Amino acid sequence: MDTLLQHLLNGIILGGTYALLGIGLTLIFGIMNVVNFAHGEFYTLGAFAAYFFLALLGVNFYVGVAAAIVAGVLIGALCERFVLRPLQGENIDTVMLVMIGVWIFMQNTELLIWGGIPQSIPHPFSPRPLIVGPLHVNSIRIFVFVVAFCLIGASHLAIQRTKLGKAMRATFQDREAAALMGVNIHRIHTVTFAFGSGLAAAAGALLGPIFLVYPSMGDLAALKAFSVVIMGGLGNFMGATFGGLMLGVAESLGAGYISSGYKDGIGFIMIIFVLLFRPAGLFGRAQRIG
Amino acid sequence: MLAAALVGVPVWLTNQYLVHLLILAGLFTILAVSLNLLLGYTGQLSLGHAAFFGIGAYTSALLDVHLGLSFWVGLPAAAVAAGLSGLLIGRLAFKLRGAYFVLVTISFAEVVRLVSLNWMELTQGPLGLPGIRPPSIRLGTMASIPFHGKGAYYWLVLALAALSYGIASRVVRSRIGRAFVALRENEALAESVGVDAFRTLVLATVLAAAMAGAAGSCYAHYVSFVGPEVFLFSYTITMVIMVIAGGKGTLLGPVAGAVIFTAVPEVLREAQQFQMTVYGAILILLVIFMPRGIVPYLKERRAGAP
Repeated sequence: MDTLLQHLLNGIILGGTYALLGIGLTLIFGIMNVVNFAHGEFYTLGAFAAYFFLALLGVNFYVGVAAAIVAGVLIGALCERFVLRPLQGENIDTVMLVMIGVWIFMQNTELLIWGGIPQSIPHPFSPRPLIVGPLHVNSIRIFVFVVAFCLIGASHLAIQRTKLGKAMRATFQDREAAALMGVNIHRIHTVTFAFGSGLAAAAGALLGPIFLVYPSMGDLAALKAFSVVIMGGLGNFMGATFGGLMLGVAESLGAGYISSGYKDGIGFIMIIFVLLFRPAGLFGRAQRIG
Repeated sequence: MLAAALVGVPVWLTNQYLVHLLILAGLFTILAVSLNLLLGYTGQLSLGHAAFFGIGAYTSALLDVHLGLSFWVGLPAAAVAAGLSGLLIGRLAFKLRGAYFVLVTISFAEVVRLVSLNWMELTQGPLGLPGIRPPSIRLGTMASIPFHGKGAYYWLVLALAALSYGIASRVVRSRIGRAFVALRENEALAESVGVDAFRTLVLATVLAAAMAGAAGSCYAHYVSFVGPEVFLFSYTITMVIMVIAGGKGTLLGPVAGAVIFTAVPEVLREAQQFQMTVYGAILILLVIFMPRGIVPYLKERRAGAP
């Protein structure tokens, strides 16, 4: 029983960052119709930016993490402006191919800059775990979980309550109608891509200090983000949130009770079952965001 | 002229490394042509194509290593095994449209890779299966002669690549091929004139998977080793790059793509550590300037010129 609770707790904490990754990807897909293969690279970018600010420059931990997120937003905006905008209106596969190019380019540029050796990021939290009843948890993991959920909550509010968020939802529902109502589609695309990339960078900056940082770390993260997106239903914000949590819990339970060799495959097995029984995603009756 | 030059390669090309590259280009041609049937003609993207390739490679390898069956049994068996997995995936995925097929195929490839990595008794996990025998030819009553050197493999791959191209061009021009395109362009309209969308899409998947499986069998016997890395996502990505950059939905596009994108990384070896960064940059620029692919771009230019 205690081990079960421990696995659940670990799963939920890990799931918070999966949710961040999944939300970014689902927004980019839903609003822009872009299958973003470079999503994992923004996760890696966030982790390496955190490494740069914290391990090399030695700035304050919280400032460093925030700066890493800002870096993700900026590079995301640049990528949208110079790579995706010229291809607006092109076939979805063509756009996917250019994102594959961006993925290869970013990953190998990271390899050139930082080298292939896994690096660790210093953090100010005590390595001694907090013990609550039968549960052990490191304080940095609690920090990661709290920040992840604040970011998810803030994103939810931004999409639901702000004017820009309303324009994003309108674009998602019907881009032509939204454009006719005076929504600047170019601007929405830039904002959406920068926003989604920022969330991925946040996941990388948060997990970086827990795990190691290396150039190919984004590949598995991207595949997991894809499974989160499909579990939640494409373009479904809440679906991605719960999908992320579920994937975290399922992986944690699977690694604990089945086999750690198959841990990273559990998400994919879940996808196949989801598609068998709930093809529109676990939460996707209607495809919508918010 | 071109055909004669291609057939004669082992005679006039003495550089074994280049022959090796041509064999790889031939294998990738089979894979790209098969992926193009799905992606180019039906418009459905399979991102697990390496799974069909790998299943073919493992089928052939296991039959050889465990049962001692030769390549000539392994090749059709590989095509059948891959085709059956294509049937399974198609039936599962085409209940829905859009990105679902993509995601099911990705998941499938990842699950198969993990099985190959973890099912030690069957596949020897990460150690892989070494010592796969080369194909041999029995001439009349003489003892069988195993393939020796790269020339024989080159002819084998060339023949299979030509066969795949032939099958693809026959299929594309047939009633089924027109159904593929009709489904890609407008599914509701296609169904209204009697195209069974589900069956047609499943058929396309089975065909593409079987062709990829045959390529896998060839690969296994050529390198005489199969490991879990045949399922790697990067192989699928390479195939997708070849099809889309070459020109999806054209017959020559994937062939051009396969040859060019086998050569590009080799040429870029000159750039050493910048190799893959430059590769990524080339890909980005290629898509921005030729969004429909190389072959359609050249065709448009030729049509445009007086």
